[in-house]
Amino acid sequence: MSTDDWPLWEVFIRSKSGLSHKHVGSLHAADSKMAIENARDVYTRRMEGISIWVVPSSAITATSPDEKEILFDPANDKVYRHPTFYDIPGDVEHM
Amino acid sequence: MNNSIFRYTLRLADNLLILGQRLGEWCGHGPALEEDIALTNIALDYIGQATYLYKYAAEKEGAGRDEDQLAFLRDAGEYGNHLIAELPNNDYAFTISRQYLFSAWYRLFLLELSESHDQFLRGFAEKSLKETTYHLQHSGDWIVRMGDGTEESHTRIQNAIDKIWSYTGELFVPDALDVLAVEQGFGVDVKSLKEKWLSDISEKISEATLRLPQDQWMHGGGKAGIHTEHLGFILADMQFLQRAYPDAKW
Repeated sequence: MSTDDWPLWEVFIRSKSGLSHKHVGSLHAADSKMAIENARDVYTRRMEGISIWVVPSSAITATSPDEKEILFDPANDKVYRHPTFYDIPGDVEHM
Repeated sequence: MNNSIFRYTLRLADNLLILGQRLGEWCGHGPALEEDIALTNIALDYIGQATYLYKYAAEKEGAGRDEDQLAFLRDAGEYGNHLIAELPNNDYAFTISRQYLFSAWYRLFLLELSESHDQFLRGFAEKSLKETTYHLQHSGDWIVRMGDGTEESHTRIQNAIDKIWSYTGELFVPDALDVLAVEQGFGVDVKSLKEKWLSDISEKISEATLRLPQDQWMHGGGKAGIHTEHLGFILADMQFLQRAYPDAKW
């Protein structure tokens, strides 16, 4: 058996309540259920997560490296967009 | 009572260690990277469960043996696992069919064991139930995927189930120790699990467009230490180090 025909899935894991799902890697699986099970076995063996999302890699539209300058450079000199002028109360978690 | 709990716990542990060792043989040989990890995960779950049980058995025996000595210094005739656990892996269909049929039995067994009067066994059952339910789901999904898959996968999984079938009878036949364990309130009435097991697996097997094998003669003997020729080879692999270098540690 080969995995040539199994599509690629991107795996996102929520490590604890209150945090958002974070991309952890990818894997091959025949369908979404198998992708969830594989993700459980491959990425959460050491208590890394409490929730898993899987998304077909083909469903992801990505930016092109060629567009990097026009998309991201303009933000470079706009320091006022960073909310660094506020004090965040200590009780606010996961900011 | 301590002695019957010792023997009962020991042979349950034997099932898990031997099947865990078998599944471990797939490490690096799985049909896909993801499945390789899934199977070795199950193997590690079993070996972890076996370790708990051997420790408890050693305590109940009170003869100064520890869990390692129970696992690595007993010969085949002293092993009390069911024969189904020691059968060679064969192809993936065979491994998965064995895993599915065994997990379906083991889950029901643990559900009953979680009512045990023995506090340790009760706790063990509750804890192990979660991973066992996952093993059942994982192997059950593969039963459907292969059964309802291509002509070749269908044939292979049906052949595997047919071959393993005569090793499932033993799971439901109580011996004197089983009877004693039920009388003393710490063990499971394995005979009573059969009906539910059959109805659980029938549903999955028909979903997978497979058929249940017909009633037939069943193998037995594992619980009494009468094993297939395969057990000695697993033990040789598994016990080599402790036999060649007694008390080796790292």
